[in-house]
Amino acid sequence: MNDNVLISVKDLKKHYKPRKNKKYTDGVTKIRALDGINLDIHKGEVVVVIGPSGSGKSTLLRSLNLLEYPTSGQIIFEGLDITAPHAKINKHRRKMGMVFQHFNLFPNMTILKNLTIAPMKLLKKSKKEAEEKAMALLERVGLADRAQAYPSQLSGGQKQRIAIVRSLCMEPDVMLFDEPTSALDPEMVGEVLDVMKELANEGMTMVVVTHEMGFAKEVGDRVVFMADGVIVEEGTPQEIFTNPQSDRLKDFLAKVIV
Amino acid sequence: MAEWFEQIKAEFDLNFIQADRWKSMLTGLENTLLITLFAAIIGIIIGIIVAAVRTTYDNNSESMKYNGSISYYILKFFNAICKIYLTIIRGTPVVVQLLIIYFIIFATSTNDIMVATFAFGINSGAYVAEIFRGGIMSIDVGQFEAGRAMGFNYIQTMIYVIIPQAFKNVLPTLLNEFIALLKETSVAGYVGVLDLTRAGNAIRGVTFSAFMPLIAVALIYLAIVMLLTWLVGIVERRLRKNER
Ligand SMILES: Nc1ncnc2c1ncn2[C@@H]1O[C@H](COP(=O)(O)OP(=O)(O)O)[C@@H](O)[C@H]1O
Ligand SMILES: [Mg+2]
Repeated sequence: MNDNVLISVKDLKKHYKPRKNKKYTDGVTKIRALDGINLDIHKGEVVVVIGPSGSGKSTLLRSLNLLEYPTSGQIIFEGLDITAPHAKINKHRRKMGMVFQHFNLFPNMTILKNLTIAPMKLLKKSKKEAEEKAMALLERVGLADRAQAYPSQLSGGQKQRIAIVRSLCMEPDVMLFDEPTSALDPEMVGEVLDVMKELANEGMTMVVVTHEMGFAKEVGDRVVFMADGVIVEEGTPQEIFTNPQSDRLKDFLAKVIV
Repeated sequence: MAEWFEQIKAEFDLNFIQADRWKSMLTGLENTLLITLFAAIIGIIIGIIVAAVRTTYDNNSESMKYNGSISYYILKFFNAICKIYLTIIRGTPVVVQLLIIYFIIFATSTNDIMVATFAFGINSGAYVAEIFRGGIMSIDVGQFEAGRAMGFNYIQTMIYVIIPQAFKNVLPTLLNEFIALLKETSVAGYVGVLDLTRAGNAIRGVTFSAFMPLIAVALIYLAIVMLLTWLVGIVERRLRKNER
C-alpha cells in the first residue's frame, strides 16, 4: 500500500506575516494559511481540492513543489523528504508539472520555444528530440498549427492547453493545477477540462484546485474540502457531494451548486 | 548687410581657423565621446553586478534562510555594500564625486581622462543598476514561478526567462541614461580634462569672444543628443513591433 504513495504531506503548516495594508488583519500576528495538513497522494490518483477563497488551497498546492516554503511539517515526494535543508529541489520540480491560473507562458518565445526550452536545458534533450515530443503533444491537443505563434496571439483556452503541454514536455510524475479554468471565458473552460480529463484517463497523477464541481465529480478519485487552512472533510466525490458531514461543507456546497 | 557678414566671418576666423583652434575643439569632442563610451561600459558592468546582488538578495533570502545556507550572510553583506554605494552616489553631485575621485582616490594618477572616465562610470553604475533592477521587478512574478516550477534554478530562470524580457523593457531607458551621461561629462573640465566644453571655453579665454565658441559647443552637444534620441526612437519602435 505505502509504496503506492507518490506524495505524502505530514502536518504541514504555513504561516504568513499579515500583509501590512490589510485592514481586517489588524491585531492578527500571523495568518495560518495551512494549519496542519496531512494528505497522501497515490500514484495515478486524481485529487481535487475544493474550498472557499482564502482557505489555503493555493498555498497547499504551491507548497508541494516548494514555491512556498513551509513553516513546519514535511513533504515526502517519491520517498524523499523535499522539505529537508539542502534537498535537491530543482531536480524534484522537474517531475512535478504545474499549471497556473494565469498560464504564465513566456511571452517573448514562440509556442514551440515555450515547450522545448526546459527539456533542452534541463533534460539535455536535443532540439530535434524536444521538438518532436512537443509537436506530438501539440497534435494531441489540436494546436500543432500554432507552434510558431506567440502566446499573445492565442485565446485563453489555447494558452492554458499550451501551458499543460509545456508541463507535459518535461514528462512529470505528477501534475499540479491551480484553478486552471478560473481566468477563462466560460466558452473556453470545456476545452481545457477535456485535456485534463484525457490526462487523468491515461493515468496521470493529478492534484487539481478548482471550482468546477462537475469536473470534481466526474474525474476526481478523491475530493478534499479545505477551510481555514485545514482539511475539513475528504472522500470520494460520491461521499463529498451527496453525503457531506460537516456544516462548513454543506454551506459551501449550497453556495457553489445552484 | 555685407559689413555684418564680414564681421561674422572675421569672428569665425578668429575663433576656429586661426592657430588651428578648431583642432582643440575636435580633440575635446573626441575626449567627450571617449569618456562617455567607456563610462557607459563601466556603468553597465557595475550596474549588472549591483542589480544582480540586490535582486538575488530580494528574491532568495527566504529560501536561503530556510536552507540555513552560509551564503545568505555573504549575500546580505554584499547587499548592504551595494545599498551604501547607491545611497552615496545618488545622494551627492557628480562634480563632487569627480573631484573626490580625482584629488583623493586617484591623487597620484597622471591620466586625467582615465580617472574622469572611472568617475563617470562609477556614477552611472548606480543609475544603471536601478534601471536594471526596476526592469527585473517589472516582470510578472508568474514568469519567475513558471520557470522555477519547471525546474530551472534561480540563475537559469533569470537568464532564460526574466532578463530577456526585462532587457527589452529597459533598453530605451538605458539609452536615455547614456544620453544624460554624455551631457554630464561636460563637468570633466573641473579636473583639467580637455573635453568639448572645456575646449570651447578655452578658446573663449584666448579670443575674448564668447558667442562663437560657446554656441558651437552647445550646437555640437545638441546635434549628438538629437542623433542619439532619434536612434532610441528607432529602437523603441523596433521593440514595440516585436512585442506581440
Ligand atoms: N504571500 C502571502 N502573504 C500573506 N498572506 C498570504 C500570502 N499568500 C496567501 N496568503 C493568505 O493565506 C490565506 C490562504 O491563501 P490561499 O492559499 O491563496 O487561499 P485559496 O487559494 O484557497 O484562495 C489567505 O488568507 C491569504 O490571504
Ligand atoms: Mg487560490
